[in-house]
Amino acid sequence: MSDSQRRLRIVVAKPGLDGHDRGAKIVARALRDAGMEVIYTGLHQTPEQIVATAVQEDADAVGISILSGAHMTLVPRIVELLEREGAEHVLVTVGGTIPAEDVAELKARGVAEVFAPGTSTQEIVEFLRSAAGESSSEAQAEAAARGS
Amino acid sequence: MGSQTNGAPHTTTEPAEGALERWRESYGSTPERDVAFKTLGGIPVEPLYTEADLPVDRQASIGLPGEYPFTRGVYPSMYRGRLWTVRQFAGFGTAEETNERFRYLLDHGQTGLSTAFDMPSLMGYDSDHPRSEGEVGREGVAIDTVDDMETLFAGIDLGEVSVSMTVNAPAAIMLAFYVVAAERQGVPPEGLGGTIQADILKEYIAQKEWCFPIDPAMRLLGDMIEWCSRNMPRWHPVSISGYHIREAGATAAQELAFTLKDGFTYVEQAVERGLDVDDFAPRLSFFFNAQIDFFEEIAKYRAARRIWARELRETYGAKNPKSWLMRFHAQTAGVSLTAQQPLNNVVRTAIEALAAVLGGTQSLHTNSYDEALALPTEEAVRVALRTQQIIAHETGVTNTIDPLGGSYFVEALTDRMEAAAYEYFRRIDELGGMVEAVKRSFPQREIANAAYDLQSEIDSGRRIVVGVNAYTEGDDDDTPLHRVDPALERKQIGRLQAVRARRDASAVEHALAEVKAAASAQMNLMPALVEAARVHASEGEIVEALQSVWGSYTETPVF
Repeated sequence: MSDSQRRLRIVVAKPGLDGHDRGAKIVARALRDAGMEVIYTGLHQTPEQIVATAVQEDADAVGISILSGAHMTLVPRIVELLEREGAEHVLVTVGGTIPAEDVAELKARGVAEVFAPGTSTQEIVEFLRSAAGESSSEAQAEAAARGS
Repeated sequence: MGSQTNGAPHTTTEPAEGALERWRESYGSTPERDVAFKTLGGIPVEPLYTEADLPVDRQASIGLPGEYPFTRGVYPSMYRGRLWTVRQFAGFGTAEETNERFRYLLDHGQTGLSTAFDMPSLMGYDSDHPRSEGEVGREGVAIDTVDDMETLFAGIDLGEVSVSMTVNAPAAIMLAFYVVAAERQGVPPEGLGGTIQADILKEYIAQKEWCFPIDPAMRLLGDMIEWCSRNMPRWHPVSISGYHIREAGATAAQELAFTLKDGFTYVEQAVERGLDVDDFAPRLSFFFNAQIDFFEEIAKYRAARRIWARELRETYGAKNPKSWLMRFHAQTAGVSLTAQQPLNNVVRTAIEALAAVLGGTQSLHTNSYDEALALPTEEAVRVALRTQQIIAHETGVTNTIDPLGGSYFVEALTDRMEAAAYEYFRRIDELGGMVEAVKRSFPQREIANAAYDLQSEIDSGRRIVVGVNAYTEGDDDDTPLHRVDPALERKQIGRLQAVRARRDASAVEHALAEVKAAASAQMNLMPALVEAARVHASEGEIVEALQSVWGSYTETPVF
């Protein structure tokens, strides 16, 4: 990554009522160590709070960590609210215990990637660099300038 | 070692220096595998332990089962007298579905019940609260009012069965529901046996399900412990829990240290309230994780018993030997289960369960192999249950008491765990005690660092997790999963609204006013909570009443 490239800004979010924050905090720290700007929302956030944070922080991506089983209720709502706020360019990823059939459904509803338990932090870093890097407009312009 | 063994006579003195030197030389001449020889928690492990690694005063440190300091077990006969209680944690959907699962478990040989509550119930929200949407009955059973509690135990004699309830922040409210549900079965509070988790400090440290700020939450717990010590002599009013601390990423030594320190804090609070330590300490119980590093876990349980006995006797002046006993429940490590190749989890769980048994547990929950994917299916629960029965009846490990006692390695590791715990006690005391340390995020930060370090080892391949970062071929994703029917949420909301419609609204209003008054007035809250339960006030209404006096809690996260 060149120094002139804008650092990716990632909101790590914990929606729902579960308190399982081990994964979210590990990912937040790994992304920070990889040179990204990380905003961790803390626990028990509503979709509205998460989207407000994403918009206010001008995030490139929102990484949602959820282990409460409420992902099919809460994740699509976050995607919809981002659209409503004109922030549909913000990449949405999910981590947690998500059954395979729900993964397909979430992707169909606009989630870029679902990281299953056991995913390494490098995989997440690499995915965000390539996917959020592409969707962030400045990075796009830079990519165009480089002709890639 | 038996002194009257047959066969060749042998000496039991330390290996002669010459012999040890000879072994060192031959060991040094063979290359070691290129891995870090250390426990899961990072404690370095030597290639060989000998008699020189045993504690200096063996009788005082190791002793005998059922005798102070209880390193070898809390009872003189251990599993030769009575096996551990098989206690599988269960709960999903509404009280009706969980009641069915409870009866299934009792029919299959389970000997105690353990209730998992859903997230809204753990956080003090009613099922029809907007924050509850999508969460009702997902990770446990939804309990809104005393009516749900009655349904949960319908057809199960609460005077006979021992019931454990895994609920913390609103524990006092759930206990009030339970007491009233039992009252309707004709069982008085003094006839109830079981445990409520109610370990609020570990919520702020690790599990993160809270309703109130720390200080009033500690007071509510104190009220409950005090009330139970006077009204429920067979009840364990708090289960001091390392399980969730470990799941959040703590090492074995951190689990041991933070859990015991939480326990000492509850003892100190109860003594400050004027209770005699011997009036409540025999009713304190513990809950530990059983992780995959076999010997480290066994050493942890043995060290825990020894520290608890010593501190209760020496520091807190308990005179009743029952106050010195650390009795504990163990659960295999959810976090050790992998979503990849889920059948491998049967093996992990069996090894972890064996560690808990060899560590002298009083009751045990074995996880199901599919739990990294979803709540367990009935088939997976059955395999988990059978795992315990195989250990109990086929392996022979229950034939003798503490078969690992005296093992050079196990005793050395036990001492090492004990020393690590005391080092943490010292650091926590320097911060002004556990409540202050938690407010300053000390244990939270230690746990986050340990979790990150372990993940880095796995990500770099320095630590192998089979099926995840090695031996990854052959993963199948056709494991049948338990699905919670989304219609159950609507069903539960219907149950709650029916209760609201038929109860006496003015009685509820009055009871909630009494709850607020008791909260403001520093009087014991339990009588007001029991009365609110009796008139069908909901959990969410009672929590809101308390929050109107105490406020709520927001964490400043550290990572």
